[in-house]
Amino acid sequence: MSILVFVENADGEVKKTSHEAISYAAALAEKLGEQEVIALSIGTEVNDDTLAALGKNGATKIVNVADEKLNQGVIQAYTTVITQVMEKTNATHLVLAKSSLGDPVAARVAIKANAALASNVVALPDLSEGFKVKRSIYTGKAFAWMSLSTEKKIIAIKKNAIEVKEDGSDVTVERLEVPLDENDFNVNITKTEKAEGDVLLPEADIVVSGGRGLKGPENWQMIEDLAKTLGAATGCSKPVSDMNWRPHHEHVGQTGVKVSPTLYIAIGISGAIQHLAGVNSSKYIIVINKDPEAPFFKAADYGIVGDAFEVVPKLTEAIKAS
Amino acid sequence: MKILVCITHVPDTTSKIAFTDNNTKFDTTGVQFIIGPYDDYALARAVELKEQHGGSVTLLNVGTSATEPTIRKGLAIGADDAIRINAEPKDAFFVAKQIAKVVQEGNYDLILMGRESIDYNGGQVHGMVGELVGLPSIAPVMQLEIEGDTAKLAREIEGGKEFLEAKLPFIAGCQEPIAEWKIPNMRGIMTARKKPLEVKEPSGDEQMTTTISYEMPPAKGEVKMIDPEQVEALVKALKNDIKVL
Repeated sequence: MSILVFVENADGEVKKTSHEAISYAAALAEKLGEQEVIALSIGTEVNDDTLAALGKNGATKIVNVADEKLNQGVIQAYTTVITQVMEKTNATHLVLAKSSLGDPVAARVAIKANAALASNVVALPDLSEGFKVKRSIYTGKAFAWMSLSTEKKIIAIKKNAIEVKEDGSDVTVERLEVPLDENDFNVNITKTEKAEGDVLLPEADIVVSGGRGLKGPENWQMIEDLAKTLGAATGCSKPVSDMNWRPHHEHVGQTGVKVSPTLYIAIGISGAIQHLAGVNSSKYIIVINKDPEAPFFKAADYGIVGDAFEVVPKLTEAIKAS
Repeated sequence: MKILVCITHVPDTTSKIAFTDNNTKFDTTGVQFIIGPYDDYALARAVELKEQHGGSVTLLNVGTSATEPTIRKGLAIGADDAIRINAEPKDAFFVAKQIAKVVQEGNYDLILMGRESIDYNGGQVHGMVGELVGLPSIAPVMQLEIEGDTAKLAREIEGGKEFLEAKLPFIAGCQEPIAEWKIPNMRGIMTARKKPLEVKEPSGDEQMTTTISYEMPPAKGEVKMIDPEQVEALVKALKNDIKVL
């Protein structure tokens, strides 16, 4: 019996969300009395030292299906690999991060492995009566307690919901081979385009977002300066991406990117309900807006009523000086 | 081209979320239901593809008769006909099984739906249907062009885009900006009344998960207002309270 964790990577590094997933799995193993937490890395882009360090998050074993064909995240091929590794390792639970790859892969694995799937999970399960998990629903406006009735279970963790454990120690990495056929690669990835910026918005711990109050794309430098000072990602409201002031991948909201950082700073954004739906899982919200009636202030922890063009550069300088 | 578009019937994004019966049921009082926003984008792209390539767009919804106004709105936007599976959508697996049966019987070239519903936010159904019927599933799709029997797509990934090619048929979970959101016009609303809506009984009642109860997040405290001339007070909060500096 074991818990398998699907580990995602980017630019040769394990994603923060996968560190969270391993930490969750380690705590789950303790609760269930399981023996092993097996971290599964797919492809050849992460080196063994980096993988071995996943022991610090609580993995007791690391397996790597080191096939170069798998360096890109082909949904069906990943489904085959994960399902087969679940079988080979007698895994009763699969834990992974909710993501653009995790979601479609988890759904297919659920069918292939006959496993119940709970997505957007925010806490360890309640085992007092069966297996119940707490998940975020209505775009963060509520939670549901859901019972998983099958023997095998899949849990997809909401970003930033779980604290990363770092008190373990390195473990060795084992290679595993998984047979794949042409059908696993019936979708051809032709190109990958990376967004600009040092910090990825969906995984950022701090997000600085701008809205129509910025008046035009030429004024975005002050947003970027503040973000850079804080080590934050930049975001924007829907009208801003609709007007092509900023690219779509920076659009935060109901139909854009949903974020759950420690700190969300909204500048010149009035706070339409669709935007709030994308940020309401943030731990702290700071709103800077010249309109004291902006609805965003009701959702904020800290607010400044003032002209962004005066307040933001002043704030950036004050942070630099601190 | 024969396109199937699966739509959800969900509370409007501005709805106040509340629960009744000791937090075991969603409170529908005063709630307006709409086509899921991501499904709306899928439908809009399906209508555009029909305009470009000919063919038909069939809507599919798993829901009770209460969802029919939502289905009619989809028909007004440009779908040709609709199927309603007469059942409460119990969980993602149950819904995926119902859709898979329609897909298997319908010989569709393309199956589109939203990347996720905005009530349960699972993002599971497209992948489950793909696995159940043995077709590729691609999500979240933000661009989709068809040339002959091949599709060129772009999928959103964390911090960028992935461009793909796939042979028809396949299943796509869509999101903006795949198409221009369409608002039904008066002619569409009038013709939608007469378009065929077939009601089918569900196949089986299997589900893998059951929602037991609901919970609301803790109430938000009062906002602390800071004088714009005193940004140092905010820096202090960033250091001492929020602890990000």
